[in-house]
Amino acid sequence: MLRRNIVFLLLMLLVATAFTGCIKKESNVIKIGVFEPITGANAAGGQLEVEGVKLANKLYPEVLGKKVELVIADNKSDKVEAATAAARLVEKEKVTAIIGSWGSSLSMAAGDIVRQGKVPTVGASCTNPLVTAGNDYYFRVCFIDPFQGTVMANYAYSKLGAKKAAIIQEVNNDYAVGLAQFFMFSFKQLTGDQNCILAVANYNTGDQDFSAQLTNIKAQNPDVIFAPGNFTESALIISQARKLGITCPIIGGDTWETQEFLDIGKEAVEGAVFSTFFATETPITEESAKFIEAYRAEYKKEPAAVAALGYDAYILILDAIKRAGTTDRVKLRDEIARTKNFPGAAGFITLDENGDAVKNAVIKVVKDGKFAYLDTIEPQ
Amino acid sequence: MTLDLFLQHLSNGISLGSLYALIAIGYTMVYGILRLINFAHGDIFMMATYFAFFGIATFGIPWFITFPLVLVLTAALGMGVEAVAYRPLRGAPKISLLISAIGVSFFLENLTIVLFGGVPKPFPAPAIFTDVVQVGTVAIQKLTFYIPIVTFISLLGLVYLINKTKTGMAMRAVSMDQEIAQVMGVNINQTIALTFGLGSFLAAVGGIMWGMKFPQIQPLMGVVPGLKCFIAAVIGGIGNIAGAVIGGFILGIGEIMLVAFLPNLTGYRDAFAFILLILILMSKPTGILGEKTAEKV
Amino acid sequence: MEIKTRNRVLTAGAILLLLGFIAFAEQFFDLYIVRILNVCAIYAILGMSMNLINGFTGLFSLGHAGFMAVGAYTTALLTMSSAVKKQIFYLAPLVKPLDQINLAFPLALLAGGLLAAVVGALIAAPVLRLKGDYLAIATLGFAEIIRVVFTNTQRITNGALGLKGIPALTNLWWSFGTAAFTLVFLVSLINSSYGRALKAIREDEIAAESMGIDLARHKTLAFVIGAFFAGIGGGLLGNLLGTIDPKMFSSMFTFNILLIVVLGGMGSLTGSIISAFIVTIANEVLRFLDESINLGFVVIQGKVGMRSVVFSALLMFVVLFYRHGLMGTNEFSWDRLLASKAFRRLRGFKKEPAEGGVDR
Repeated sequence: MLRRNIVFLLLMLLVATAFTGCIKKESNVIKIGVFEPITGANAAGGQLEVEGVKLANKLYPEVLGKKVELVIADNKSDKVEAATAAARLVEKEKVTAIIGSWGSSLSMAAGDIVRQGKVPTVGASCTNPLVTAGNDYYFRVCFIDPFQGTVMANYAYSKLGAKKAAIIQEVNNDYAVGLAQFFMFSFKQLTGDQNCILAVANYNTGDQDFSAQLTNIKAQNPDVIFAPGNFTESALIISQARKLGITCPIIGGDTWETQEFLDIGKEAVEGAVFSTFFATETPITEESAKFIEAYRAEYKKEPAAVAALGYDAYILILDAIKRAGTTDRVKLRDEIARTKNFPGAAGFITLDENGDAVKNAVIKVVKDGKFAYLDTIEPQ
Repeated sequence: MTLDLFLQHLSNGISLGSLYALIAIGYTMVYGILRLINFAHGDIFMMATYFAFFGIATFGIPWFITFPLVLVLTAALGMGVEAVAYRPLRGAPKISLLISAIGVSFFLENLTIVLFGGVPKPFPAPAIFTDVVQVGTVAIQKLTFYIPIVTFISLLGLVYLINKTKTGMAMRAVSMDQEIAQVMGVNINQTIALTFGLGSFLAAVGGIMWGMKFPQIQPLMGVVPGLKCFIAAVIGGIGNIAGAVIGGFILGIGEIMLVAFLPNLTGYRDAFAFILLILILMSKPTGILGEKTAEKV
Repeated sequence: MEIKTRNRVLTAGAILLLLGFIAFAEQFFDLYIVRILNVCAIYAILGMSMNLINGFTGLFSLGHAGFMAVGAYTTALLTMSSAVKKQIFYLAPLVKPLDQINLAFPLALLAGGLLAAVVGALIAAPVLRLKGDYLAIATLGFAEIIRVVFTNTQRITNGALGLKGIPALTNLWWSFGTAAFTLVFLVSLINSSYGRALKAIREDEIAAESMGIDLARHKTLAFVIGAFFAGIGGGLLGNLLGTIDPKMFSSMFTFNILLIVVLGGMGSLTGSIISAFIVTIANEVLRFLDESINLGFVVIQGKVGMRSVVFSALLMFVVLFYRHGLMGTNEFSWDRLLASKAFRRLRGFKKEPAEGGVDR
């Protein structure tokens, strides 16, 4: 019995050790870590960002005469895994910089590790303010939740003429809760009416039945419904709302911009409006045009905003390396922090004192089963 | 709250409750006969929706052919799971069976993620089921009428099968005492496999209905409904088929009314089912319709 | 007597070796390896504590993630600085006394453990009347309720936003030290009359009761102690990661710990430790399953998510064919190791001893 156990144990250890130590070091290479959820709940978003980064790497494979190598680390949409994956990039792979991650909570799990390891990290689409707050080494090329909530409140008030709003939020999603809070704050300021939010309904990730919340909202008869959350639940919410006979506009955030949102919502999501980072219809910079063309050629589909942001994170790092003239991580950090009016695929990027990008937001609408450009909102 | 509003809530609750009831029937049947929480029931239910998705959306088979096909395939899947994961553990401690059940559940979820991806897919619901009818100011989906009918038919069919047929008699014998049943000439393996097949068949019926009502399918979709329907079965008295239906309605209507009357507590909706479960287990552990069973020493 | 002395020397040597290893690792190993070792030790604590409940007492409880959450949140909130708390509670401020309290790490850990134990005691009263799968589902339910409550108490736990900027106080001394303490504590518990009573309950409740064992008291004791160490493990984990949120503590987490317990052997503490290390390291090493494998002549396309499939298959495999896990209900002991055939071969023994196999 014991011998059998020892054999079993040895077998396990053999498996465990057989695959270590296969990594060879090359000196003429600059390594950039890509820290993304490739599996798990956030896999869809993570994979899109990786596509953008890979495309950028293909177009700009070299800097300072050295080849840039991407080291992709899957954080499995899991915090414990994310911390280990980040430590691996910092310590084992010794990367010069890191890109990622989709999902703010995963980015936060890497925060302390990159700060201690002094590896400059550029988030692509993590919009929670806490990601960069108090962390000198974390930057991002997207705007943050407060701005997006404010943008949608502005849109609802000035473009839709809404006076009363209802909110239905994914209560266990930091992103949705953040957006909803800032929407309410701005909307109250705009309307000057403390009672302009008629209802705040909650739901949980993975819920599929929203009929009770929506029936309550319907009874309040709001001018607009703000529904920040994951695209899957949001698509179901909109289609259930329409079936219940709710006709007012339903608006949301950037997470909606996926093909699945359209597939699941079908005709119900027609007219849904949301804020996002980027639109193919209005290439803002020369880089946008280049990116869109290359992306279509490479992946045979329309680029999503997060792919453009992944692309931007990569070229921003490369530009900073070029300016710094070295791969020294501390100098590179300082150079990234100085980024001003950098032309990315998703607009011009200026990093503020927190390391957050100050840039335009784009408003899109679902029209004839496709996403269509509606408006651009400047930061204040 | 106006009457119209209340009726709308009630109609939502009945619609959700009948769906819970439908899935709880399958759960309670397997439990009643084998005394095993089939943690994989929710995942078998999920697989059924994927089968339907591939049949209709990928291969373009019309729904009236796809759905029966899905039922058969899912029943086969359930029997396969039983043969691989439960049969070798016949006579093993119950704890091993439970762990194996959790293992199957995990395996099916992860396999689905690898094979079909984690991104949700739209369920191709035929329009004749999903249209909305207006009754006064209350909007009701046609499905809301169909689901209770399907639940009722399943209930009757199952009760007939268990009480009036020879197979049903064998199932009841197995549920009372496996060893004695064997002595009396019941083929235990065959009966248990059949039970699982039947349970999975019912899970598939529930899966198809669920997919039509909430037209979005993904690999982890079975987890929460699986747990909730188990709870519904416990509330009604596990092993009791009529009890499962009652439990399903209590849970469905209760959840909707919680959100309707106490909107501040919406965030606690998922906890509601568990709180209800614990209350029931504390006060009447055998559930509403369950009979008190003497403990075997 | 001689053998006892030998075993003591060996144990002391092993402890010294471990201390030396930790000192060396803290100094020279890179953060990545240190982090993995930390996770290993924490999982070992979690595995042992779950084993006490599930393996030794035979209560099939699936509530571990809930206790961990309580411990993790308590420790984190007590160790974070007021400035950080102010910064991250930006949607709604933290409730009054908590925002100023700041404790030393060991005290905070202890508080986390104790609070988890209190929650465990509260849950134990109603739940432990249940048996088997009812117990499993009720404990699972309680863990889910804790998670849902934490998601909704914005002003205490920061809700879905989670906590960030938890000071990284967990190091190898703390994690391995706590693991060692847990092991020593649980071993002495199990070898005491309490431990024998717990095992008696596992084997046959009715027989145990007729022998005069107070079922409720003993079960509650095991449950509460298990919850205490789960809370401590959660606290260590939170202060290792630096950030926690309610989603982390889903039933998935409980099942991962269950895998460790089952693989190591239900009813073997040392088994849980060994399997915690194996599972954690294998999880890291098996990353290649998710990537493409280049064999030189052919590239096997990696399939993302394959790792999880392998892991769930492994859980089933162990239960089906290796039901007793690595160690069964045995514990590691020097006698056993030295007497084992593999070890004899290693030392160059040619002949089997004539009798028994234990060389005395």
